[in-house]
Amino acid sequence: MCLAIPGKIMSISGDDAFSRMGKVNFGGVVKEVSLAYTPEAQVGDYVIVHVGFAISTLDEEEAHRVFEYLQQMEELQELEGGQQVSVTD
Amino acid sequence: MRFIDEYRDAAAAQQWARAIHRITTKPWTIMEICGGQTHAILKFGVDELLPKSITLIHGPGCPVCVTPLELIDKAIEIASRPAVIFCSFGDMLRVPGTNKDLLSVKAHGGDVRVVYSPLDAVKIAQQNPDREVVFFAVGFETTAPANAMAVYQAKRQGIKNFSLLVSHVLVPPAIEAILSSPTNRVQGFLAAGHVCTVMGYTEYEPIAQKYRVPIVVTGFEPLDILQGIYLCVKQLEEGRAEVENQYTRSVRREGNQPAQQLIREVFQVVSRQWRGIGPIPRSGLGLRDEYAEFDAERRFDVASHHVEESSECISGLVLQGIKKPHECPAFGTRCTPEHPLGATMVSSEGACAAYYRYRARSSANG
Amino acid sequence: MDNFSCPIPIAEYPTILLAHGGGGKLMHQLIERIFVPTFGNPTLNVRHDAAVLGVNGVRLAFTTDSFVVRPLFFPGGDIGSLAVHGTVNDLAMCGARPLYLSAGFILEEGLPMETLWRIVRSMQAAAQSAGVEIVTGDTKVVDKGKGDGVFINTSGVGVIEHSHCIAPDRVRPGDVLLVNGDLGRHGIAIMAVREGLEFESAIESDSAPVAGLVLELLSAGIDIHCLRDLTRGGLASALNEIAAAARVGITIDEKLIPVREDVQAACEMLGFDPLYVANEGRFVAFVAPSDAERALDLMRAHPLGEGASIIGAVSDEDAPLVTLTSRIGARRIVDMLSGEQLPRIC
Repeated sequence: MCLAIPGKIMSISGDDAFSRMGKVNFGGVVKEVSLAYTPEAQVGDYVIVHVGFAISTLDEEEAHRVFEYLQQMEELQELEGGQQVSVTD
Repeated sequence: MRFIDEYRDAAAAQQWARAIHRITTKPWTIMEICGGQTHAILKFGVDELLPKSITLIHGPGCPVCVTPLELIDKAIEIASRPAVIFCSFGDMLRVPGTNKDLLSVKAHGGDVRVVYSPLDAVKIAQQNPDREVVFFAVGFETTAPANAMAVYQAKRQGIKNFSLLVSHVLVPPAIEAILSSPTNRVQGFLAAGHVCTVMGYTEYEPIAQKYRVPIVVTGFEPLDILQGIYLCVKQLEEGRAEVENQYTRSVRREGNQPAQQLIREVFQVVSRQWRGIGPIPRSGLGLRDEYAEFDAERRFDVASHHVEESSECISGLVLQGIKKPHECPAFGTRCTPEHPLGATMVSSEGACAAYYRYRARSSANG
Repeated sequence: MDNFSCPIPIAEYPTILLAHGGGGKLMHQLIERIFVPTFGNPTLNVRHDAAVLGVNGVRLAFTTDSFVVRPLFFPGGDIGSLAVHGTVNDLAMCGARPLYLSAGFILEEGLPMETLWRIVRSMQAAAQSAGVEIVTGDTKVVDKGKGDGVFINTSGVGVIEHSHCIAPDRVRPGDVLLVNGDLGRHGIAIMAVREGLEFESAIESDSAPVAGLVLELLSAGIDIHCLRDLTRGGLASALNEIAAAARVGITIDEKLIPVREDVQAACEMLGFDPLYVANEGRFVAFVAPSDAERALDLMRAHPLGEGASIIGAVSDEDAPLVTLTSRIGARRIVDMLSGEQLPRIC
């Protein structure tokens, strides 16, 4: 229901909160996007964009959480000397 | 692309899959609510890495699948009027109405245009003051703030030739409808990460408690989905039933306040008809009275008539996870992406289309 | 023909849709159910990008293509250069050396003369760089509002100076698949300037004449079984066409398929799969396994093959399916779309 992808804010224009627009770079493709719903977003931030609107500012710390979680599990696994499970059992 | 490619890493995906294998001791049935998640699961083959005992059910989370037939026919009727420029997301152009779709309206001379954003439709209205510009406002809570802003800006700028044909639906009532059905088989949910980016996930907490089901707010890349499944299975194995947030890089518990504020300003909760499921009370959004002038259904007195579904199509059962696409006798034969009987075959997100495209061809080798 | 009844029953599609021109299943329905049965003859039935004709012992290649691209001018090319490259490339797909083109114009009343002048000059430049001459043509004008500016048809004749037969039925299990560069640039370059979807990018069409590169491979003795240019419908449609025509299975590996980051980003934004996006300077070559590495090196040494890559191989099981090993190591079917991809939000 909602294709939304992260892009980096290159510049911001517009005066009042609702008309604040940002030029956002998605891996080399730049699109003008409304920042009305992300008043906290600044140049250099990554925002998640859906149908031309930024709907959240991406939390870069949280972005690594899925990998840290994986790391801890693997270490836990080694500690317990767990058996190797093949994925395609 | 940053914050996308990292979440498609093969080694990490295999690690998550092994972790899921390690903790799975019993068969579990999990529904991913969002069409975007369904697309990613089948496009990357995430389900092939899972233990056989885990069944993924594709939920009703795709606006194309759930938009009722009556509304498609209304869209077709409005789009066929010469004075109208009908704007829509690309998804809706191939959805079959009773006898044709918006693409064939275009083929017969209707001015039907694909737009990327609702604000583009407002621009088209400004550029064509002598035409009636109608935007097909479909989608779930994620798209509501964008559609709300289009109406809000049009009202502020006094644009008179712009209106919305609204078909907005909400996720929580759909989950409750599925869970309260006696034939329900779903034991846990992956909630839609971008819906919760806008709305937060407090609305799901009473549902998890009442129906004793884990609900994991999940993203859309393979690693997000694998971690979401892991967290859901872990809760099921431990007998817990909580709302958990996997998609922490985008979702916060209270969601996006400015977006929710504008949704409340422009829309109100209404009952909606869901294609294949039927009416669900308080399950959608409609324009508030202050914005009634922007309601295309009122502006164009379109006859509303109840329309029968193709009797053969079981999209309702597929949407609720009661049947798998290949369990439908018409799948891959009378019902294909070229000749969709129901909307779950039309949208590339729809469970049947995704299944047809990425997996089995006919119901024989499903 | 009195008892002729339309093979596509009216119930299915009473009128032509845009999707019938999208390089997918609906277009193939038109070809397989109306054109081929009606015109059917051994040469046409090969269904290759160009027809191979024997004339007094000389093997000629003959092809035709029409161009209706909107807008007329786009990043990296225009309808004129496209019209030359497209037909030159079709001739190259059967290993012919392109020699002569025709150019048929359908002009809309009111088209600015300056626009026509720009297009014709661009055609001449493209013809010179491809080493062909435009030797005949035709011009018709249609009423205003009936033609959308300019339509161009180009037909081409080339000579086949080698003994290979390059066609789907020469494809064998074990053949290696190579593409000559990154995919999706043309389709996305057009999307970027299409009204209602504008976005800024440095993406330019890959429109280019690949005959020189193909002839180089042939003169180096590379055993090429089949070639197919990856235009409308992209790589996925081309592979499905060949898998069906040659009755083989094809497996490709997503990690090996080159797509530039900005093209991938545009596809993510629009909800497109790059495997289905149109190219205008890319082809897939089915090469005997023993020659695969050599072919790859030769391609990469050529300006139009710098990004060449081995993307998969032909198999004999589960014909005629095209299957892909995804980035995370799982397998799925690569189907042919029915029409064109539409930007989606879900």
